[in-house]
Amino acid sequence: MSVDRDTVRRIAQLARIRVEEEELDPLANELSAILGWIEQLDEVNTDGVKPMTSVEAMEMKKREDEVTDGFCAEDILANAPKREGNFFVVPKVVE
Amino acid sequence: MTDLTKLTLAEARDGLRRKDFSARELTEAYLDAMAAGRKLNAYVAETPDIALKMAEESDRRLAAGEARPLEGVPVGVKDLYATKGVHTQACSHILDDFKPTYESTVTANLWNDGAVMLGKLNMDEFAMGSSNETSWYGPVINPWKAKDSDADLTPGGSSGGSAAAVAARLCAAATASDTGGSIRQPAAFTGTVGLKPTYGRCSRWGMVAFASSLDQAGPIARTVRDAAIMLTSMAGHDEKDTTSVNASVPDYEAALEGDLSGVRVGIPQEYRVDGMPEEIETLWSRSAEWLKERGAEIVEVSLPHTKYALPAYYIVAPAEASSNLARYDGVRYGLRVEGDSITDMYEKTRAAGFGPEVRRRVMIGTYVLSAGYYDAYYLKAQKVRALIKRDFDEVFERVDMLLTPATPSAAFALGSMTDDPLQMYLNDIFTVTVNMAGLPGISVPAGFAANGLPLGMQLIGRPFDEAGILRAARHMEEAAGLDLDPAAWWRD
Repeated sequence: MSVDRDTVRRIAQLARIRVEEEELDPLANELSAILGWIEQLDEVNTDGVKPMTSVEAMEMKKREDEVTDGFCAEDILANAPKREGNFFVVPKVVE
Repeated sequence: MTDLTKLTLAEARDGLRRKDFSARELTEAYLDAMAAGRKLNAYVAETPDIALKMAEESDRRLAAGEARPLEGVPVGVKDLYATKGVHTQACSHILDDFKPTYESTVTANLWNDGAVMLGKLNMDEFAMGSSNETSWYGPVINPWKAKDSDADLTPGGSSGGSAAAVAARLCAAATASDTGGSIRQPAAFTGTVGLKPTYGRCSRWGMVAFASSLDQAGPIARTVRDAAIMLTSMAGHDEKDTTSVNASVPDYEAALEGDLSGVRVGIPQEYRVDGMPEEIETLWSRSAEWLKERGAEIVEVSLPHTKYALPAYYIVAPAEASSNLARYDGVRYGLRVEGDSITDMYEKTRAAGFGPEVRRRVMIGTYVLSAGYYDAYYLKAQKVRALIKRDFDEVFERVDMLLTPATPSAAFALGSMTDDPLQMYLNDIFTVTVNMAGLPGISVPAGFAANGLPLGMQLIGRPFDEAGILRAARHMEEAAGLDLDPAAWWRD
């Protein structure tokens, strides 16, 4: 699978990573090489194989639906790059 | 007094209990060694104040006869374990200044057992790499040098800091983590023992997530016994990690005793890859011979889907990484680059915060999960993964464990593979199958290459049979009888 500049631009946008124009071609080459190498999986016949969903067969653990944590706003905000009171601050979202 | 940092973890523990020296003396010896070893760049944060305070508490307990299993033993912690109030960045720029307000379960287990924290260890950014060169803090230098060469070598990765610190005696043992080989490959490159436990054996809570279905905590240590002691403290059920397994933790040190009679060891033919150096092939045969001499039966086996493990891994791991790393957006912690809009801020922050390898993997992961591609990539990879697991299940009906090389080469020079991501990925060819199937694997130093660098062999066990592979590993270690103390060229 060969990846072109437009695809790189689209992936970068989905991944929310700014990619400069001059980086598009090198990235397209790198991603194409890796995806091309991955294509060898097409040789494997997986008809009727169930995809792996967990490494060890075990039942999903359940617990009582009750509050086990909380009242630690200060801890949650302690590492915020920008805050106001008990809020994270982001650029204006609604015009 | 003899150099206390030369003692193994087991010897240090026993010496402390006999009161041959104090926890403070031992801790100070390590803090001095760390200061003299900064050239190696193994630590990204040293925590001498915390270490001395913990040592003081250990001395109090030792005096009172209340020693816990690791009382007073100084250890290093890979930078991806959350340590309360202490530098935790998984060596990424995007987590600048992050200091967690909580402690990871694995490190909490170590402190509850009396271990002393020396500091945080260097690693590849978000554990993505096989040479420690993707770290925001720069590469770690391997304490080992090839004969007749002064070239700086990689300690491997991603747990390069852990492996180098253990090899250079800058800690008694270290925590590490393994997603595709990140414990076993650096252990092999540095003449240390690296154990990746079964998926679910240790809690992942408080570890910076890379690929959640593959990540597993484990120790790097100087000897098999030391690794067994570390795992006994690190492992255990944790309600905060639903994938951690609710099963009792054996005393792995006690399980080291005994010979190997009746143990069947499989040699998978698919691990004889083209271009593997002959000295590794020879060492592999010799290791099998050692196990045989000690009672094991050697059986040739086949794992037909082996070659597909690495390409399948490079779908599964980046896919999970792209989801896990979505949280780094400049809002709640770490780096933030301001922008005109919230999207602009996200994009600029993530462009500045992620290094090239992390960006590459996040983009691959985003691509394979994007609309229209899920079945062709992720689902296909999970099916191949099921086949890899089935190969192991079938083989484990006939044998108890498998013996393979740990890596296709000895440590290589820093900078020699950075231009070719695919070449770098091939480092994990022998280790990644184990993560895909969730099995335990251990890398043990087994000999030296002609250029004098250590080489490791890998034992792969049945799920939750860490005790079995540890016992066999101890026999290999004993038979090899290697001197694994590199010359301390890094000291000024």
